[in-house]
Amino acid sequence: MPITYTSGEQVEVYRFSIPVTILVPLLALFVQAFVPLRFPWFAVYFDLPLLVTIFFAMARRSPIAGLLTGAFIGLAQDMLGHNPIGIYGISKTVVGYGASSLGVKLDVENAGARFLITIGFYLVHSAVYFTVARALVNMSQSWSWAHGVWAGLANAVLGTFLYFALDRFKQRT
Amino acid sequence: MESVLSRYRNLIILVGVLFLQVLGLAMQVKRGNDTQDTRLIRIWAVGAMSPLERSLVWARNGTGILWHNYFYLRGVRAENRQLKEQIEQMRLEQVRLSEDAAQAHRLQNLLAFKEQFVSKTVAAQVIGSSGSDMSRVVYIDKGENAGIRRDMAVITAQGIVGKVLMVYPTVSQVLLINDQSSGVGAILEKSRLQGVLRGAPNGEVMLERVMGDEQVAAGDVVLTSGGDQIFPKGLPVGAVSKVGNGKDLFLTIKIKPASNLSKLEEVLVLLEKQERQAIAEDKRVRAADILAQRLPSVPDKPPATSVAGAIPGSSAQSAGVGTGVIPGSRPKTTSPITSANAAAAKNPSQVPSSGSAQQPISRVPGSPAAARPKISVVGTTAPDVPAEGVAQEKPATPAPIQSTSQPATDNNDPH
Repeated sequence: MPITYTSGEQVEVYRFSIPVTILVPLLALFVQAFVPLRFPWFAVYFDLPLLVTIFFAMARRSPIAGLLTGAFIGLAQDMLGHNPIGIYGISKTVVGYGASSLGVKLDVENAGARFLITIGFYLVHSAVYFTVARALVNMSQSWSWAHGVWAGLANAVLGTFLYFALDRFKQRT
Repeated sequence: MESVLSRYRNLIILVGVLFLQVLGLAMQVKRGNDTQDTRLIRIWAVGAMSPLERSLVWARNGTGILWHNYFYLRGVRAENRQLKEQIEQMRLEQVRLSEDAAQAHRLQNLLAFKEQFVSKTVAAQVIGSSGSDMSRVVYIDKGENAGIRRDMAVITAQGIVGKVLMVYPTVSQVLLINDQSSGVGAILEKSRLQGVLRGAPNGEVMLERVMGDEQVAAGDVVLTSGGDQIFPKGLPVGAVSKVGNGKDLFLTIKIKPASNLSKLEEVLVLLEKQERQAIAEDKRVRAADILAQRLPSVPDKPPATSVAGAIPGSSAQSAGVGTGVIPGSRPKTTSPITSANAAAAKNPSQVPSSGSAQQPISRVPGSPAAARPKISVVGTTAPDVPAEGVAQEKPATPAPIQSTSQPATDNNDPH
């Protein structure tokens, strides 16, 4: 059995090849940065790096792997913007830890569970971002439940399809 | 102790990772949120992304050029004709504007007013964005190698876009004017009220610091004031779209940017802006001269061999009273535009209406000029010229001109 940093005692723990581990988050970041040039609403409603974080965290079912995945993807996302580095990093670290912890306890393979989990973690991510941006960086942020719910739903729909596409890259440990 | 560590290992690592990030964040905030401190880290991400983005933009543009320039040419002729007409109209308008500008320059010269003008720009292609509505920045495909430096203004033909925030060798990061951390000195064109342009969290552009007792109406044009030392004065920013009462005695003014910030493709970076003393130029071109170039001249009259061909009362013709020219004859008149018409071009309000006895232009029936479908004068279009008979040209109605020249009163501008 190959040893990876995702290995654990749990059943149904998956691992991913190194190219997938590197290229999928990079591709998500690239699409997230490029598509809004043509479709500005994409950046307002969708967060592909978040969906990739949730997917990898749930599949690996290791909190440490999940939080590290979230931290790396979040920090990379921070680097593309002009705000201080770490706001997305902290938010996605929390999401990665939470998604992998949930993946250990729940069946996250069916579409319904994935849909609800994505909405929930989108809201958690937004709340953490909002808190950090306001409390630590003193950015002027406004919280909107309506936007949060609609964006959560949009991400959940996209995520459900994306997760099934990414399932093909899963490898059993 | 060991069992506690192993039991809470995940939680301890989570807290540790979060603590490190909060520490890094705190250090950045303490240094004043200057992105130059994190330049080395950011360059990795930009370096990884920009080649992909650049190649994708290149492929997209190549496909677009191939399609639009070689395959999809529907309506090009009509558009070309339309554009030519537009050029003719704009040439005449330019004459009027140059009169205004010359006057403004003379006044500025009197007051030792220094004007700023853009002397050098570089065109760049937008290749990427931050991908987040919390950070409204775009990346352009020109950087240090093209002479771009930090805090340079970025514009389009329609209006201002933002300023250069970070510069890398081949890529630059541009902070858009609708970002929350952006600030641009702005002035309302009509009322000359000054304010600060800022981005709202939802991506809208607001004009702040305008007192509540001031009169601001929707549709008012907003220009740059030059007070931010980044944008030269007088560049178009946008127009007021909504005005409301805000807090702290200030108005809440929403601005619709002149540039489409959500769909930027090509931008101009202002590399150099120079200050110089305003110089009044005496080179004036009259609208009448432009018209004279455009309209065909009547051929010269041959030596007075045929007295019968001469028109009685030709003195009236030379005085600007249009008369019919006998077909087949060669009238003496060579200038198609009379002094009255020249006056019409300069000051249309002083010229009698077309219904009066004066006919400013005489033409030979059947000549190319008679067949010309439309005569455009300073933003207006004369009615169609009949195929036969004498063309009657309506006096031009001056089009309202939105002049962006700086009035002399702005000399008191604190900025």
